[in-house]
Amino acid sequence: MTTAAAGPLLVVDGISVRFGALLALHQVSLEIGRGEIVAIIGPNGAGKTTLLNVISGFYHPYEGRIAFAGRERTHLAPPDVAALGIARTFQNVALFKGMSVLDNIMTGRLLKMRGSFLLDALWWGPAKRQELANRAFVERIIDFLEIQAIRKTPAGRLPYGLQKRVELARALAAEPELLLLDEPMAGMNVEEKEDMCRFILDVHGEFGTTIALIEHDMGVVMDLSDRVAVLDYGRKIADGTPDQVRKDQAVLDAYLGAIHE
Amino acid sequence: MDATERRADTFPKLVRLNAERTPRKVAIREKDYGIWQSYTWRDYYEQSRLIALGLASFGFARGDKVAIVGDNRPQLYWAVMATQALGGVPVPIYQDSIEKELAYIADHAEARFAIVEDQEQVDKLLHVRAQCPRLEQVIYDDARGMRDYTDPCLTSLEALQERGRGFGAAHPGHFEAELDKGEADDTAIICYTSGTTGTPKGAMLSHRNLMATGRNAARAEGLGPDEEILSYLPMAWVGDHVFSYVQSIIVGFAANCPESAATVLSDLKEIGPTYFFAPPRIWESILTSVLVRIDDCAWPKRMLVRACLDLGQAIERCRLEGRPVPLWRRLLYPIGGALVYAPLRDNLGMRRVRCAYTAGEAIGPEIFLFFRALGINVKQLYGMTEASVFVTIQKDGDVRLDTVGTPVPEVEVQIAEDGEVLYRSPGIFQGYYKNPEATRQTVADGWLHSGDAGFLDARGHLKIIDRARDVTRLADGTIFPPKYLENKLKFSPYVKEAVCIGQDRPFVTALVNIDLTAVGNWAERRGIAYTSYTDLSQKAEVYDLVRGEIERVNRSLEEDEQLKTAQIRRFLILHKELDPDDEEITRTRKVRRGHVARKYAALIDALYGDGDRAQVEAQVTYEDGRTGVIRADVRIEDVVGVLAR
Repeated sequence: MTTAAAGPLLVVDGISVRFGALLALHQVSLEIGRGEIVAIIGPNGAGKTTLLNVISGFYHPYEGRIAFAGRERTHLAPPDVAALGIARTFQNVALFKGMSVLDNIMTGRLLKMRGSFLLDALWWGPAKRQELANRAFVERIIDFLEIQAIRKTPAGRLPYGLQKRVELARALAAEPELLLLDEPMAGMNVEEKEDMCRFILDVHGEFGTTIALIEHDMGVVMDLSDRVAVLDYGRKIADGTPDQVRKDQAVLDAYLGAIHE
Repeated sequence: MDATERRADTFPKLVRLNAERTPRKVAIREKDYGIWQSYTWRDYYEQSRLIALGLASFGFARGDKVAIVGDNRPQLYWAVMATQALGGVPVPIYQDSIEKELAYIADHAEARFAIVEDQEQVDKLLHVRAQCPRLEQVIYDDARGMRDYTDPCLTSLEALQERGRGFGAAHPGHFEAELDKGEADDTAIICYTSGTTGTPKGAMLSHRNLMATGRNAARAEGLGPDEEILSYLPMAWVGDHVFSYVQSIIVGFAANCPESAATVLSDLKEIGPTYFFAPPRIWESILTSVLVRIDDCAWPKRMLVRACLDLGQAIERCRLEGRPVPLWRRLLYPIGGALVYAPLRDNLGMRRVRCAYTAGEAIGPEIFLFFRALGINVKQLYGMTEASVFVTIQKDGDVRLDTVGTPVPEVEVQIAEDGEVLYRSPGIFQGYYKNPEATRQTVADGWLHSGDAGFLDARGHLKIIDRARDVTRLADGTIFPPKYLENKLKFSPYVKEAVCIGQDRPFVTALVNIDLTAVGNWAERRGIAYTSYTDLSQKAEVYDLVRGEIERVNRSLEEDEQLKTAQIRRFLILHKELDPDDEEITRTRKVRRGHVARKYAALIDALYGDGDRAQVEAQVTYEDGRTGVIRADVRIEDVVGVLAR
């Protein structure tokens, strides 16, 4: 999958994160190639979400560096990271509950809008053209994720599985190069999970988006990912294809519980 | 109708005429990307032409069959026309068919091409290709998810049209020449009827059949080119074909394809159709959605709405039965109109409806009355695939509760000695494809045997009692019309489907399917927790709820001298929904009694036994065709009061 010539899309090199006395991540390195689907797994508290938060600029590491698309960007703030082409969804759905699905997804386009307050208020000229173009793009995503029927429904009224899908839609609206999904299938039933898997694969196939996801459902992880990285107590203990990871002794110990010295 | 129009004796010729005479008039719309995308008659003709030329580039021969599978899409209607233009026969297939059914029809119809909507249908066809040796090319419209498919038999519709463009340039005049070869008596379509018994049969209808009946009915209703209809019923059903294709082309009005199956009700509101068609199950589900919302209102509003609806129904009942309406009710009516009927009509998207039909099977009188009372001109239509739909229609101002109206022009109706309805019309089909035996059983001396029992009343209105073979008798010899009881039960928002049993039995019993939305909503408001359909269906409270509904039906039967004995004495609620995938109901949702009786024989025996529980093991078919077994413990309850009598 990886195109060697272009180099990896994301390089995380030896980063460590500390919350007070707690070492959440310790010298973790990870490379994600263009067009890959990489799963990050590990027991609870292993540091998966922290890693995602570091990549999206929410936390900053005290050592190590991060490069995205060949550019060093260890200390950017979240909006700047988003502008670079990284979008994410959250473990606990973070939608604007009172807003319609359509408006929620439109917020994902905000980065692409260059507005002037006056023109926007008058809905005139370039402001109007821009809004229409963005709406057209959003409609393509709505069609793609098959959520036409809930376009005008307030997000808070939707069942959980659909809210997750709307969150994915909002992330896609930013046209990301790298999509970070934090437990996209948590709390879903089998059917919703199958749908979500199909959508993730379709996003990957149709838009060529690189995807990093955290997931607990091993069946899903093994089916979806090209590569799996395993974290345990803030350290990366394995990294390889699903088959390699499945047989890895350190991973088995971490999950099944081995005696730690 | 002028001479040119008379010469246009096939649908492609008529489309060409429409494209010449009203090139800029909208022929078909589809809601896509949130916007109603319009196509004019010129687009209709041009797009169909490219599809046809694309098919021709694959060596399409006259008489070839083309399977068409998918939701209502302009592209698929164009595919129908393209096939007809080349002298081929389109064979639309229900889009929710499981692989087995799809394979049976595609093979039986000897389809050489298939034009389908999306990946879902492609997957099904690729799976069963071994059983359809004649199938050569599968053309799909929506390319989504198809990027990794490399099978050489697959072509996208876009690529097909591109090939068509090239083929057209190399063979100028080919399409027009093929189109002109078409004749009125060519088979225009083969509609496979799902049938409540046995394997599907392919009814062949000619251009002449469809054009004559479509035109007669349009004239009788005074349809004009400005009508709008919503094309949301399966394309494989002859009803959709006649309304969205045949009549749209004959009259020149616009067909509107909804965005997806889930958005039909909101699309209905946006389009505001003037001509609307729905089988009873759709009317039932609209009614259920209204009743559920009324239940959610605060009590003053609920009381007001209920009172207005009751008033409207009382007035409408008087009108339909030809009795005078009391003055005080007439005075109250405008108030109900302003407060309830008009806003509700608007909310349902039926404000502009001039003419609406219910057909496909009998509608419960209460459901019919409900919509009539809102001021929606719903009329009953009696028709069959084999008659190109139209047999009788209720005329405006001559609508009755219990009849299906008078014959449309050029149709003759006659009742056989055994009570079976026979008719003769220019719409009588050419026969069942590759099944002369079944054709002979259906048509004798030009008269088509409908299989329905009925009679003509003093004013020439046809009244259908039931499927002839379904009307039976209880062990004591009294009459037992199952459909009639079931429709009464289904008026309740809580009952989705019901099967009544009683032939040669001492009394009547019922298997009931609850409506998950309505009962779920009801349970939520009462704080009754449930985990699944099966769980909900077996709650004691739900049994009480359904018993109440059955008692209501029994009370109304009590009033009828003939049907007094057909009151329901025992019932059970099924642990799963009747499903076409399990062959319990047809794709148009008619109960297949034989199958149900065989499959639930243990439950039915228990209904006539003493116990209050029964074990059931039912095989279910998942959407991908795999099967599994659901086991459940089903309660059986008596309807008190009836037993005591």
